[in-house]
Amino acid sequence: MSNKVIYAIYNDDDILMDAVKKTRAAHYHIEEVFTPFPVHGLDKAMGIAPTRLAICAFLYGICGISFGTWMMNYIMIQDWPQDIGGKPSFSYIENMPAFVPIMFEETVFFAAHLMVITFYMRSRLWPFKEAENPDVRTTDDHFLMEVAVNENEEELVSFFKTTGAVEVKVIEKQ
Amino acid sequence: MYTFSSKLKTFSFILMAVGLLGIGYGFLTAPKDIQEVEKILAADSHGSHGVAKHEESKSSHEANVASEEHADAAVVAKEAAEHEEHLNHVLHQLQNKPWSALYVACIFFLLISMGVLAFYAIQQVAQAGWSPVLFRVMQGITSYLPVGSVLFFILLVLCGLHFNHIFVWLGEGVTDPKSANYDEIIAGKAGYLNFPFWIVRAAVFLLGWNLYRYFSRKNCLAQDESTNDDFYKKNFKISAGFLVFFIVSESIMSWDWIMSIDPHWFSTLFGWYVFASFFVSGITVIAMVTLYLKSKGYLEHVNTSHIHDLAKFMFGISVFWTYLWFSQFMLIWYANIPEEVTYFITRIQVYNLPFFGAVVMNFLFPLLILINTDFKRITWILVMAGTVILLGHYIDFFNMIMPGTVGDQWFIGVSEIASVLFFFGLFIFVVFTALSKAPLLPKRNPFIEESKHFHY
Repeated sequence: MSNKVIYAIYNDDDILMDAVKKTRAAHYHIEEVFTPFPVHGLDKAMGIAPTRLAICAFLYGICGISFGTWMMNYIMIQDWPQDIGGKPSFSYIENMPAFVPIMFEETVFFAAHLMVITFYMRSRLWPFKEAENPDVRTTDDHFLMEVAVNENEEELVSFFKTTGAVEVKVIEKQ
Repeated sequence: MYTFSSKLKTFSFILMAVGLLGIGYGFLTAPKDIQEVEKILAADSHGSHGVAKHEESKSSHEANVASEEHADAAVVAKEAAEHEEHLNHVLHQLQNKPWSALYVACIFFLLISMGVLAFYAIQQVAQAGWSPVLFRVMQGITSYLPVGSVLFFILLVLCGLHFNHIFVWLGEGVTDPKSANYDEIIAGKAGYLNFPFWIVRAAVFLLGWNLYRYFSRKNCLAQDESTNDDFYKKNFKISAGFLVFFIVSESIMSWDWIMSIDPHWFSTLFGWYVFASFFVSGITVIAMVTLYLKSKGYLEHVNTSHIHDLAKFMFGISVFWTYLWFSQFMLIWYANIPEEVTYFITRIQVYNLPFFGAVVMNFLFPLLILINTDFKRITWILVMAGTVILLGHYIDFFNMIMPGTVGDQWFIGVSEIASVLFFFGLFIFVVFTALSKAPLLPKRNPFIEESKHFHY
């Protein structure tokens, strides 16, 4: 009984936004919303916490610049400080302008790639991952809100009928 | 409608008065002849060993002359001549100091209003939906342009009339092979670097910029009373034309007014570099004036999203400036070709702190502060970041101009600070007077509704 959910299906993002606000106001717990494209302001309406991906990226960038600096310092200054075309390899700072392009690219490389990988891991995306859409139409032109049912099935169904849903289904989840 | 608060007006008058006094003091205390320079050098000889040693060796030579009758008089004469040449050199640098201080402050504020004008023209041409609520603020700031242009032009004419030695190539006898001042390299550039051509170019550029500013504002005000969008379209067209003229004139302006201070040196991306410097300063000034007017309750429709956008521009263009700064520096440092690299050798050896300090103020500080989305909406953080950016870009202009005019005699003292205060006071007075002349919200701009409801 406890794993029953309601699928309320909409065909317009404005109606969906209104329905989300009403559902929140009625204190029903929204499990998920499936949309074919990003709906501006949906995360705010659902009350989802802001992403921390940018903070991750900043930290990855710091890792990148540290790696670039360490690598160039070890190779060019510590390990084999050759005189290459008169470049001063006595200390890192003396030859630093030549290393800046590398430090910059390492920063961007680390920040970008690690952030993308973080995104994949946090959103559980990988090749051969089984798709999770509850209704194939949600990738094309329909919007679906999934709400958990707790013994109040009829009340919920009639509630969602009033929110402009084109279809309300009760599904037993496996 | 904005009313110029009497407090701010008094503040601007005080700044101008203090600035004028300081500028006058700077000119009065500049040495008149080499005897005074000798005294000044002797006074701080305990600080600089080079000069002290020079004096010592000279006196020991004189002692030798006195004791030995067959002393080499030629050596003494050469020493004395070198000493005098050195004094002459320092005299010119010290006499240049108040002039250069005035020049740096004058061009800095002039170019800030140009940065705002360029930003304004870009917003018009790009049909930006967010910025029309800020157009009147930008127009207010650019009203400094005519005033600044006149003062700057007078300064250029004074340079041409030999009141100072800011521009070496304007010196007498520089292009004359018979003169002791003859400089073959400068003579070779005389086809471009000669006073009549130079001053005419300056006049054309200043006139072109002022004409655009005048007509753009006029059309914008006329659009308020109009019944169709003709004036808007007219403004669109002249803005596009102005931007073409601007990018050409800006590049040449940077060679004429800044790069020609070091006439033996040249750099290809210099125009862009100067542009980035005053463009980011201009955007920062827009942000700060907007924040000020907003805090006084005059900009009803400006919300944190508008401020956020300005802050993003401040951040982005700061990084762009750094990119050009580094590209110029690194290419010259890497190749190390003697005729190009002296430019940076002087700056690193003699201007070490301002040279690298400018990078910290204009890059590291905004990078770490303005990268945060929440911070870009907080007034006090923006005012702090803006202040650092503006000071940093003053230092940037200082670095571009001072090494060629005063060399190792530089100091940020009375002359420099007073000049900045004077132009700052004038800037406040002119800008806020202009802001009180027109409503702060354009009425019939096609994008004004969108701009009022702009939300990011």
